[in-house]
Amino acid sequence: MQRLLNFFYEYRAFFTFLLLELFCVWLLVENNQYQSTKFFNSSNRLAAGILGFSQSTREYFSLRQINEEISRENAQYRSRLDLLTHTTGTASRDSVRRFEYVSAKVVNNSVAQFKNYITINRGSDAGIQPGMAAISTFGVVGKVKSVSEHFSVLISLLNIDEQVSSTLKRTGNVGTIQWDGTDSRIANMLYVPRHVQPYVGDTVVTSGYNAVFPEGIIVGIVQDVKLKDEALFHDIRVELAQDFRRLSFVKIVKSRLKSEIDSLESVTIGVAK
Amino acid sequence: MSRSGIFVVFYFFFYLLAQVMFFKQLVLFNTSFCFLYVAFILLLPIETNPLVLMLVAFLLGFAVDIFYDSLGLHAMSLVLVAYLRNYLLATITPQGGYDAGEGPTLASNGLQWFLVYSLPLVFVHHFVLFFAEAGGFGVFWFTMQKVITSLLFTMTVMLLLQYFSFDRRR
Repeated sequence: MQRLLNFFYEYRAFFTFLLLELFCVWLLVENNQYQSTKFFNSSNRLAAGILGFSQSTREYFSLRQINEEISRENAQYRSRLDLLTHTTGTASRDSVRRFEYVSAKVVNNSVAQFKNYITINRGSDAGIQPGMAAISTFGVVGKVKSVSEHFSVLISLLNIDEQVSSTLKRTGNVGTIQWDGTDSRIANMLYVPRHVQPYVGDTVVTSGYNAVFPEGIIVGIVQDVKLKDEALFHDIRVELAQDFRRLSFVKIVKSRLKSEIDSLESVTIGVAK
Repeated sequence: MSRSGIFVVFYFFFYLLAQVMFFKQLVLFNTSFCFLYVAFILLLPIETNPLVLMLVAFLLGFAVDIFYDSLGLHAMSLVLVAYLRNYLLATITPQGGYDAGEGPTLASNGLQWFLVYSLPLVFVHHFVLFFAEAGGFGVFWFTMQKVITSLLFTMTVMLLLQYFSFDRRR
């Protein structure tokens, strides 16, 4: 026993090292698990405050471009308003009731890492919960990962772990959008079978199959299609509609019927064991 | 707390804030990052207890992780650097040993020695960091490109800072 203790004492540096590294790996694995409410991320008040200060300083340099985006968004809303006042508008009432939107400002964003996250300045006090979808004027942004009282962390579409169910608008075939970690403008569309014929320029929209994203939100435009001889699926490169380097405002989608859909599906299909 | 102890605490927050407020935004060509906070661990006094060194490295890495939303990633890489540091220091002891009370800096040991000391450690840090983040060797060459370009960027900034403090001491 004495010798054992001596052994541990002699190599205490190595064992401390081992212990710390194991703890770090555990944190890493734990953090990669999906959707959680945790304290140690950039949604905690101190971290978000510091990042917000740094962001507000940088914002001055992109004010012109933010202005442009907002005025373009305004124009879009105005034309949609015209449309609504000219038609009776009964067709969209269904989807209006299903989703609610919360607008938020981006406090912290990155595009160059493999796992990018976005911090925004609205949290649980605005009714945001983990698992909600985030979109912008241009297209899909990501999902809410964790929430504090006043801030939330989104898992960006530019994250190699993030997958979004989407369809080719022209053919209606379902696939999965996933980023490969390299170019921040381009993502891959997976699992589109080879009998489908996608063309360059096709629009890719969300499928609405998972009750997180509303149906028909633009993801991007097909930029390149390849089909290898023995492959089961096409290699489709999609140019994302949202330029993530210029992201300044997002909208969080509150799906009112999500719990209803989920519970209905789990009753019908059965919970995965 | 001694005077140098206060300086260490000051530097801890200096490197942390510089990293998360300034260098986090500074990404060149979408691949080149500057992780200057490694310099904090590299420049601590030579006779620092390895246990203390690793604990401080863990704290700094953990704090950086909070801002990068990558819990455990920076902490893991930095603890590894802190562990390897003392072995490397023992291996490359200059003739006559280190001066008592001196840090392993460029000013006290010269450029060549400092490069031999810092280059492998920063490389190990970046290598572990990027490949752990990529979750394996899936996109090997792209990740390697990130490692090498970030290594150059970090080393450049670190050496520049070393020369600035070098002049002040003279």
